[in-house]
Amino acid sequence: MKKTAALFTITSLVAGLQLASAGDISGTITLKGTPPPEKEITQVKEDPNCGKLHTEAVKTRFYVVGPKGELADVFVTLKGISGQSKGAETPPVVLDQKGCEYVPYIFALQTGQKLLVKNSDPVLHNIHPTPAAAGNKEENKAQMPGGPELTFTYPTPEIFLRFKCDVHPWMFSYACVTDHPFGAVTDKDGKYTLKDVKDGKYTLEVYHRKAAPATAPVTKEIEVKGGNLTEDFTLEVK
Amino acid sequence: MSSPPNSTSVLPVPTPWLHRFALLTAITTFGLIGVGGLVTSHEAGMAVPDWPNTYGYNMFLFPISKWMGGIFYEHSHRLLASLVGLLTTVLAGWLWVRETRSRARWTGLGVMVLVLALMGVRRLPVYIGLASLSPIVIGISLWQIRRQPGTLRWWGIIAFAAVILQGVLGGLRVVLFKDQIGIFHATLAQLFFVLMCAICLFTSGWGQYTTQIPSGVRNLLLVTTLLVLGQLVLGATMRHQHAGLAIPDFPLAYGKLWPSMDAASVSQYNQLRQEVIAANPITRFQIGLQMVHRMIAGLICIAVAFCAWTMRRQLGAGHFLSKLALAWLGMILLQALLGAGTIWSNKAADIATAHVLVGALSLAAGVMTNIIAFRGSVLARAPQIAPITSGERSESFSPQAGAVLSGLK
Repeated sequence: MKKTAALFTITSLVAGLQLASAGDISGTITLKGTPPPEKEITQVKEDPNCGKLHTEAVKTRFYVVGPKGELADVFVTLKGISGQSKGAETPPVVLDQKGCEYVPYIFALQTGQKLLVKNSDPVLHNIHPTPAAAGNKEENKAQMPGGPELTFTYPTPEIFLRFKCDVHPWMFSYACVTDHPFGAVTDKDGKYTLKDVKDGKYTLEVYHRKAAPATAPVTKEIEVKGGNLTEDFTLEVK
Repeated sequence: MSSPPNSTSVLPVPTPWLHRFALLTAITTFGLIGVGGLVTSHEAGMAVPDWPNTYGYNMFLFPISKWMGGIFYEHSHRLLASLVGLLTTVLAGWLWVRETRSRARWTGLGVMVLVLALMGVRRLPVYIGLASLSPIVIGISLWQIRRQPGTLRWWGIIAFAAVILQGVLGGLRVVLFKDQIGIFHATLAQLFFVLMCAICLFTSGWGQYTTQIPSGVRNLLLVTTLLVLGQLVLGATMRHQHAGLAIPDFPLAYGKLWPSMDAASVSQYNQLRQEVIAANPITRFQIGLQMVHRMIAGLICIAVAFCAWTMRRQLGAGHFLSKLALAWLGMILLQALLGAGTIWSNKAADIATAHVLVGALSLAAGVMTNIIAFRGSVLARAPQIAPITSGERSESFSPQAGAVLSGLK
């Protein structure tokens, strides 16, 4: 009985230590400067099927900015981590086609994690991922209205892996594929959280399609030391 | 040179109907290039994910209610391509039948029917097999034309082989996801149209029209036409990068005479552009490509203007070739304007497609001018006949000339 109690105590201590040695990295991304006005996608209203799904003009989504400059659709991740993907046991990410637009526009995905693409539109689409990284496969699949969800997975990390519809060429979105679970996309308030990051020194990377592209991310050296960390960024309009 | 077995000793006169049918095939091909241009301009090349089926349907049974968005362009392109394939097969068969007899005639027709039947199998390995044989058939046909330059049936065989190759290339572009195939497909389309125009010329009264042109002028024409062909290949390469406009302004390039092309500048160009459709990021290579395209365009304008001026000076303003060269210059200037318009309109689909079409006409005009200019020297090397000179244009194919040219008499 004493042995069992001792074992329980040790296990609890180890678990406690493990919890203490990891923390969340969170923060807010804001945009400095005035972005160019978004362009109206006139093709949507010119399309007899997609046009009737909208009452307002559909515009591009390059800079989704809040009233205080909070920037959405920014991908935040840790650099140089590989082989730690938990994609196989993580719930799938869902990419929807709604109003002849992809929702979400930017999303995080782990290697091996399932991506489910569904079609909520009353029109058919084709789903055409165009990866650039070796090992990620280019495919082109048709999806009828109300058709079954399509599943995609990717073995290689890749920032801004594009999905597009060639039937409606204005439809495109991007997956940010990492080989670990530490990737997040900012919400409409510009907020992100990377959960359960173990203690250590890291390079935090910030990507945005226009303000911090895949070829030139904004980076910051950080250190996680037994607790949560707040890291805010300000990106500039180019 | 002895007469080939089972072929006619004297070539029959092409009928007006044969010429009209060739003309119909050429016009349909021109339309097909236009629809193909619209497919690329609307970035709709992959709107139908399967081939040879269309969304699982037999291509000819695909419901019209589903021809939406990019599918409309891509599916129309496939159907029109099938029509061009059919017309080309009939034309090739017609040309073959009129110049062959007995066993050769039926063997040739039998092979064509067999190829069509194999196409009907609708299996990728069969398509690839037939497409692989096409360059060999084209090579053999060119050798036969060199041996018997007055015959037309081998031109028909080249067209038949080329149309099969072209169709398979179009399909492989879809199923293999290779932009490079698209470049080759677009270039072959232009060459196929030129071939059709040449067959139209050969089957018309103009087919025997010759004139003596100084060799210097002929060589100038040839080099200029090759420049136009090279420019069309560059254009096809630019379009099949699927990156939109690599340089968005004209006559300057990113506000300069020569744009900055270092990595930081290219990255900034990509950051500044607002792609409404899913365009690939622009690269240094694409910017360089467009600059070369611009420079060659200028060179072509000068070269064609020089051709027109030289021919007017040496042949006289009233000479047919002088007039043709002037028309060619008009096309080239229109083409340059459409090229600028493509940029100023941010690559509007209709203007970009018109640029492709006038490009095809410019190449065809150049090649036709060359054929007429060089035909005189070919005939001059055949001592048995006197070439028909300017002002003596034969209104029909000359059996005597044809027979001598083919070495059959």
